Order: sequence, then C-alpha cells, then structure tokens
Amino acid sequence: MHEPCWWSSCCERADFKLLLSGGGSSERHICSLWLLKSQPPGSMGGPVCRLQDSEPANLSMEEESDTRKINNSFLRDHNYATEADIISTVEFNSSGELLATGDKGGRVVVFQREQESKSQPQRRGEYNVYSTFQSHEPEFDYLKSLEIEEKINKIKWLPQQNAAYFLLSTNDKTVKLWKISERDKRPEGYNLKDEDGRIRNPSTITSLRVPVLQPMDLMVEATARRVFSNAHTYHINSISVNSDLQTFISTDDLRVNLWNLEITDRSFNIVDIKPANMEELTEVITSAEFHPQQCHTFAYSSSKGSIRLCDMRQAALCDKHCKYFEEPEDPSTRSFFSEIISSISDVKFSHNGRYLMTRDYLTVKVWDLQMENKPLETYQVHDYLRGKLCSLYENDCIFDKFECVWNGSDSVIMTGSYNNFFRMFDRNTKRDVTLEASRENSKPRAILKPRKVCVGGKRRKDEISVDSLDFSKKILHTTWHPHENIIAVAATNNLYIFQDKVN
Amino acid sequence: MFPKGTKRKFSDSGEEPVSSGDQSPPAASSAVARTLSSSYSLQRQSLLDMSLIKLQLCHMLVEPNLCRSVLIANTVRQIQEEMTQDGTWQIMTQALAAAQCPADRLVATEVLCRQTDAAAQAGQSPKPFSVVGLEEGYHSEEVVMEGDVETEVTMSTLSPVSPQLSSASYLAGPFGMGPCWEEEEEDGECEEDEEEDSEECVSEGEEGDRDHLSEDSRTGEQVFGTFEIKHPAPPPDPALEELFSDVDPSYYDLDTVLTGMQAAPKMGPYDLLESLSSHGPTTLSSSSSCRSDLNELDHIMEIIVGS
Repeated sequence: MHEPCWWSSCCERADFKLLLSGGGSSERHICSLWLLKSQPPGSMGGPVCRLQDSEPANLSMEEESDTRKINNSFLRDHNYATEADIISTVEFNSSGELLATGDKGGRVVVFQREQESKSQPQRRGEYNVYSTFQSHEPEFDYLKSLEIEEKINKIKWLPQQNAAYFLLSTNDKTVKLWKISERDKRPEGYNLKDEDGRIRNPSTITSLRVPVLQPMDLMVEATARRVFSNAHTYHINSISVNSDLQTFISTDDLRVNLWNLEITDRSFNIVDIKPANMEELTEVITSAEFHPQQCHTFAYSSSKGSIRLCDMRQAALCDKHCKYFEEPEDPSTRSFFSEIISSISDVKFSHNGRYLMTRDYLTVKVWDLQMENKPLETYQVHDYLRGKLCSLYENDCIFDKFECVWNGSDSVIMTGSYNNFFRMFDRNTKRDVTLEASRENSKPRAILKPRKVCVGGKRRKDEISVDSLDFSKKILHTTWHPHENIIAVAATNNLYIFQDKVN
Repeated sequence: MFPKGTKRKFSDSGEEPVSSGDQSPPAASSAVARTLSSSYSLQRQSLLDMSLIKLQLCHMLVEPNLCRSVLIANTVRQIQEEMTQDGTWQIMTQALAAAQCPADRLVATEVLCRQTDAAAQAGQSPKPFSVVGLEEGYHSEEVVMEGDVETEVTMSTLSPVSPQLSSASYLAGPFGMGPCWEEEEEDGECEEDEEEDSEECVSEGEEGDRDHLSEDSRTGEQVFGTFEIKHPAPPPDPALEELFSDVDPSYYDLDTVLTGMQAAPKMGPYDLLESLSSHGPTTLSSSSSCRSDLNELDHIMEIIVGS
C-alpha cells in the first residue's frame, strides 16, 4: 500500500438491472463499480504528479473486512474535499481507451483502460490514472478587472491520428489544445551538449559520436500545443470538434466561434445573437455541437427551449438557421417557470447523425432531424419535481445544467438527476431505470439496485420520498463508452465507472 | 409554510403553493391573503420579490451567469406583464393600506409616494414605465423578508435598509391611506423621506426630488445592466422603455402604481454593500427604533401635509 488513501478505488460487482440490449436475453447484468477519490487539500502541493504514482488499490481482490477499513478512509477524506475537487466535466475518447475528467481546480485527469491480461481476464475494463496535468490556472483580466476561473467547463478529444492523444479543454474564456504522449526512450551522446544539457566548450570536443536512444521509464507527458484565447466576451459553455478534424467551434452565451486547430490568432464568428442593446436580451445560447458526419452542419440550443440547425455552406455568418426545432408549449402546464424549465442545458447529436437529444430541466427529448415541430420522444427525468419548482427556483437548483449522453448504438440515453441518481432510458423497450452513484450504498460485489422515488402519499420500502432527496448531490456530467456498455458518472468530487459484465 | 385555507391557483400546473409564501411575516401573508382571497397573487408577489433579489445579487457579480440572469429577468417581465393586465395592483394596494403590519404599510406608502414621483417623471421623459420600480421592489422585499429563513447572504445584505423603509412605512399609518393622499403631497416631498432624514426633506423640496430622479434611472440601468459585461453602463432610457414597450399603455396608471409599489430608498449595489458594512449592527434594533421615531415622524408628516 502506498501513502494515505487520498486516492483509492474499489471494484464492485453490482446489478444494474440494466436495459442494455447488448447483453443477450438476460435483463440482469453484473457491473463493476470503480470509485475515485480526489485528493485532500493537504496534498495540493504536488497533486499533479503524485496522482500518477499511485497504484489504485484493487478492492475486488481483497477481503470484505479490509474493504470496510478503506471505506472508512473514504469517509474521512470526504471531509477534505474542496471546491476545487468537484468534477466539472467527464469525457471518453473516440476509442474508449481513455477517459478524461476536468475539475473546478483547472486540473485534467486522464484515465487509461487496463490492457487485457490472460491471467486476469475479469480485470479488463478497469481504468487507471494515466496522466494528470494543470490545464488552466486562475487568471485576472486587468482590463476588465475580473477574475477568470480555472474551472474546466468542457473537454473534447480529437480522434486519434498517431501515437499521441490530443484533447481540447476550456474554461470560461480560453480553449487549449493538449497533447498527451508517452516517452520511454531518451537520446544520449550529443556532441555539443553534455548529459545535463549544458553546451560543451568546443575546444574540448575532440571526437564525434553518434547519439543513441536509451530506454527509460515510461513517462506520460502533457504539453499545451495551442492556446485559443481572446475570442469570447461571455462564458464558454461548450466546444465541439468538427468531423473534418481541422476545425472546432467554441460557444459562449451569445456567440459561436469557428477555429482552425492550427491557428490561434484568429477565429470566425459564425453565430452572434447579441442584440445591439443588451437590455433587449431575452435569449442566450446554452450549447452547440457539430454534426458527427456532416462537417458543415452544427446545432445550437437556446434558453428558450429551441434548437437551431445551421449550414455553414449557406453563408459565412450562420445567423439564419436552416432548421428550427421547437415544441409548442402545453397551455395546461403553463406557469411562471415554464420558460426556465424549458431552457436547454445540453444538446447532443446521435452517433449516426439522425437524431438530436436535448436535456431541459425536467425531461430529455429526442428529435428527428427531419421533424422540427415536435420531439420524436420525450422522457421524464424527475417529474416529481414539477410540484417543487418554486423551492427549486428559490435555491437556484432550477438553473442546474444537466448533461445527457447516448450509448454507442444510440438505443439508450442517460442523464443525471439529484440525490446522486442518474437515469437511463431504453428507446426501444421504453423502459427506464434510476440508479444511484453513492459510496454509502455500494458495497463491494453488491447489487446496484434500481432506485425509486415515491410520489404519492404512502412510501413503500426501498423508496425515497421526494422530500428527502438531497439537492446538493447532483449528477450533472456523465459519459458513455463509444462502443461498450461502460459509463462514467461524476458525482460532485467522485467519479464512478460502471461496467456491464463481460461474461 | 402557507396559511391554511388558501387556494392554489397553480393546481392545474401541479405547482406547489409557493414556498416563498413563508417569506412574508405571518401577519403580512394572512392580511394580504384575507383581503385578496387569492393565494395566487401572493405567490406571484413573492415570486416577483424573489426574482428581484436574485437579479440584484446577479448584478453584484462582475460577471454573472448570463443565462440565469436572462431567465430571471424574463420571469420578472412575465409577472409584471400579467400583474398590470389583470389589475391586481389596485386591490393589492388597498389591501396593503388597510393592513396593520409595518411591512404592509411600507409598501402602501411607497406606492403613494412614488405616485407623485412618477407624475414628475412623466413630465420629464416620455417613457411611461420604468425599470426603477423593479429594482426598488427588491428593497421593499427586504422588509417583507425579514425574519425569514432565506439565504444568509441575502438577509445580511439587505437588512440594513430596513430602518429607512420602516420609518417610511410608519409615515403612512396615521393618515388613513386613500386616493386623496397623492394629491395632498403634490409637492413631491414625500419620497424624500425615504432616502433622507425627514427633517431635511421638509426644507429641501424640489432639489432633492431631482436628485432622486436621476438616481432612479441609474439604479434601473444597473439591474438590467447585469447582462452587459464589456460596457457596464448601457444606455438607459431607450432600454428601459423597450423593456416595457409591450405593456398596453392603457394600463399606464396601473403600472405607475406597480412601479411605485416597489419603491424604496434608492441604493446602488455598492451603496448597499457600504451600508452593509457600516450599518450592519443596527439591523436588529431597527424595528424598535422605528417605533420610537413614530411620533416624531407623525409630526413631520403633519408639517408636510399642512404646508
């Protein structure tokens, strides 16, 4: 064992009772659960490299009694969790081999999936820390006299093209392109430099030699390759890499900018909804994404619950949309909160590019790109909150920005809720499940039970009443492996990775 | 949480009785509810108050969450529109005038005082509706909220204003509020009482009134200026006008009442912060000190009205 468990993980078996269609006829799937702890502030001095050194304790290999001990350490550590440790984004790369998280402290932690080993085939799927780096630092804008938070708002991976991995990370104002590469050799025997890199005195050089590459311990390096700054007046809420692999868009509250990945000193403004007079502002852009295949198409969502599809071939400035998706308001459910709860917090194209998924406060909707007047499917995420909207407005929860994700085959969608609950909806069977990402309720090898929130008067056993939901524990960020049934769920400062059992 | 026997108008939408109903002191809520026999109006009022506080707090941040600010501002506009259209304001003002508790009187007073102000304003500028009222509603809200469990930040920030408000409210009490009130104080000195020492008010008259107006427009900007990051001081008047341009002009008077309803001492966010630091400790004693000032204020009012 290494030093105190400021970072540990446990592997647990759990039963999703998941609706994933991939697992054959059985509706029960064993899942493994990983738990990651963020480091307490005491270790803040050198958090970046220490994470790499730590070997996660594999609790699945240990006895039950030992597990309890380690769980206690989790509880202790929990008190140390700081604001900076709160996970603010989580994202699989296009192969699913890597998983990146960003936090409010500006750090990016990259996990790598353990390679399959013949001796322990069941361990396939575990993710270990691969690289950790400080992506953004807190800054101060002296001209505007305001602080720029280091919080990572979004991470997007670029499709892998060589041995190195590239990702884009963004805070409120600045997007950075990071290269993550491995190095296990170093050159030795330079003629003009000595082993420490100092220039040698030419007079002492009497013979020439051929430099050689010597093996060394594997090192994972993260280097900032590009910094895309000074293009956003408002807060960047999303970034999206184009399928042409050359451009990406960054979106703030009022504008969408198009960048070339190679060029940092200029970007093209392709959407601008800023009114000449800011007093007239009634709508903001909440998210934008490129179409997965058509490099000229992108969609953006608004705080009024609509989605606009734009075609960049039509004009340089895409102020005119080519499609406008909006559902007419139901007068029977109209209230003062109608607009707030219809504000879209996330928009995602399906992998096949046929559908759009949007998340608003109470529902997830799937839209067919060919049908603009109403969504194809609407799923209630936590309809029991409909009667609590005023309290949720009062405590500001109504402004929480929940994200949503597709599974690899676009047949299941997932999104978060409160009380560390997250929801999955099977689009084919129309079945849904509520699961909980919680340390307290997940013992090693235990079955992860579906949770139920009781709406009516009588609460049955195992049900949670609406009034006892913890609104400070919210799952805003989740991600789904692009090909397999592996999901990562960020619950405040904990990351849970659930895996559909292979065997 | 909510007075028993009040009906929910939000029932079709499944809305719970507004939880913010418990923000008003019991006396206030029951009185209003009794008079209006409508919890819906009360809910709407608390929602409005809550939204205005949120907007103001948004503005205190250098770079607020724009999406949130816009959604709250839209909610305020929606409420305002509905209130002006269904005419609940008149009933409300009468109810408040009749009510016994200081918080209610306060609002009533503000309405009437502001009435004069609005008249003066109409003379100066063509714009009928001002955001000023919105902004200031936030101050009067503060009194209504007193003693409640709202967030500590809100309470601690706001409470220092209350002594002034309460004193203003007491002005109204002895005079038996009525429509004639506004005529009586045509000279527009009444609003002076809100922001300045009452004695000075008597002597300063119109000059102070002008200051007052200019301050109004400034504060109005500030609320919706929240959206502007690059240029913290947006052009004021056309914007304010625009904000309420969709309101039917036939409701002009109602709206004046409405904005007046929300009136309270003029303070910018920074003033507010200052007062927080300087007057913080006086908060608790505010109500008792107001009571002791009551007689004096009565006397002053007699002078004003008599003149």
